[in-house]
Amino acid sequence: MTESLKVRVWRGTDRGTFAAYEVPRSESQTVLDVVTHIQRRIDPTLAYRFACRVGMCGSCAMSVNGIARWTCRTHVSHVAKNGAVEIAPLPNLPVIKDLVTDMREFFDKWSRAKGQFRGTKTRGDDFARIAPASAERIAADAGIECIGCAVCYASCDVVAWRPAFLGPAALNRAWTLVNDSRDVRQRDRLRAVAGDAGCHSCHTQGSCGERCPKHIEPTAGIAGLKRLAARAAIRGEL
Amino acid sequence: MSAKERFQARTAPEAWSAESGPVSDVRRQALLWYWQRVSAMVLALCVVVHLAGIIYAVRGGLTAAEILGRTRGNWAFGAFYAVFVVACAIHAPIGVANVIGETTVGRGSSALVIASVLGVAMLLMGLSAVYGLVAS
Amino acid sequence: MIRTSDYRARMHPGYWAFAVHRVSGLALAVFLPVHFWALGLGLQGEAALDGFLRVTDNAMFRLGEWGLVVLLAAHLTCGVRLLLIEFAPWSGPRKNLIAWAMGGAIAVGLAFALALIG
Repeated sequence: MTESLKVRVWRGTDRGTFAAYEVPRSESQTVLDVVTHIQRRIDPTLAYRFACRVGMCGSCAMSVNGIARWTCRTHVSHVAKNGAVEIAPLPNLPVIKDLVTDMREFFDKWSRAKGQFRGTKTRGDDFARIAPASAERIAADAGIECIGCAVCYASCDVVAWRPAFLGPAALNRAWTLVNDSRDVRQRDRLRAVAGDAGCHSCHTQGSCGERCPKHIEPTAGIAGLKRLAARAAIRGEL
Repeated sequence: MSAKERFQARTAPEAWSAESGPVSDVRRQALLWYWQRVSAMVLALCVVVHLAGIIYAVRGGLTAAEILGRTRGNWAFGAFYAVFVVACAIHAPIGVANVIGETTVGRGSSALVIASVLGVAMLLMGLSAVYGLVAS
Repeated sequence: MIRTSDYRARMHPGYWAFAVHRVSGLALAVFLPVHFWALGLGLQGEAALDGFLRVTDNAMFRLGEWGLVVLLAAHLTCGVRLLLIEFAPWSGPRKNLIAWAMGGAIAVGLAFALALIG
């Protein structure tokens, strides 16, 4: 292990440059530790996001050596090449400053995909009965752990090529609700997630599932949405 | 424009659609996906047969006499390759339209225009080739 | 100008399968009209078709044909993987099929090369 790490960090907005810093290495150091050191000891003008720093919130997602990751869960020893690391903001999102991206379009697309649950039962009604081992519930359960960190969104080339594309996280969320028998917005939702802005633009590159820190596979849900949308279109229900 | 308006302009689905009415647009896109996949299934079978056939036929060189000797009057051959041509004429244009639609060249309706031209050309040229090989 | 990923984000098998599938598809889409035109020469009689075959009876063309056969086999096998991902019960990104796809394309390429040379 080299004594110090050569770090290149993106400074600026969508236009900017990489600035070089030297950071002392330590045992079990994470990339978030490195960014924190730079901001506290070297350059206080560096902007970055974090919260829990233990791999639960997803706020610290950044591009490390070109790959979107949670920096609090990325050990420097695993990613440093020749004692060097490159840190940049997540791609496919506008940059507010340095390592901080504007997440609004990511969450707007979640909303546009009808990613909100809507049921009809009130507190006066009996509980809904859902069989945990049913195919729908298993499919939904595979996707509900998403914390909206945008690593998948940042890793998807279709998001870069088609600005209107809803993206893997929003489509995964829609899939979990499509498989929720209590939800009553299914037709609107299917309409919202089909077509070129929705599931049909997914080319199964698989970067989303490859990079998701929670091992969710949006490709599975998107394949399911494709089938449902096609069936609805043929039946004239779309 | 405010920052919010700029986002919406950049990411609104209507910005990339040349059709009127987002709902009919979505139905058309879903059906195009469906027909491209169905034609893909047909092509999977046709291509396996075709590859086996050409690997066999190309041994020892290939002459027109050999080709036409196998195809003239062979209506089974004609039927098989007619299906093959139709499947290609559905499958390829939809794929090409997708690719064009993802480049800066292809925003708007030009992708579908180019794809339709390709599809019609393939259908006409392919079916006339099959006819020429079988019926001439 | 939104910042996008570079090649480092694309270094995984699923992406390569997508790239092979797309490149081979575009090449085939360009090639097929030419293929249909050439075969259509049969309409003008045996001599016309033979004339074309003689013009193309050289190493450059054979190499091109071989390349197209390999691209067709690659497009087929990657495409079958996609059909399974989209229509069969989900069982992951089927990375094993990527290996099969590449192996299959190479095998077809070899068979065609042998048929051309032999």
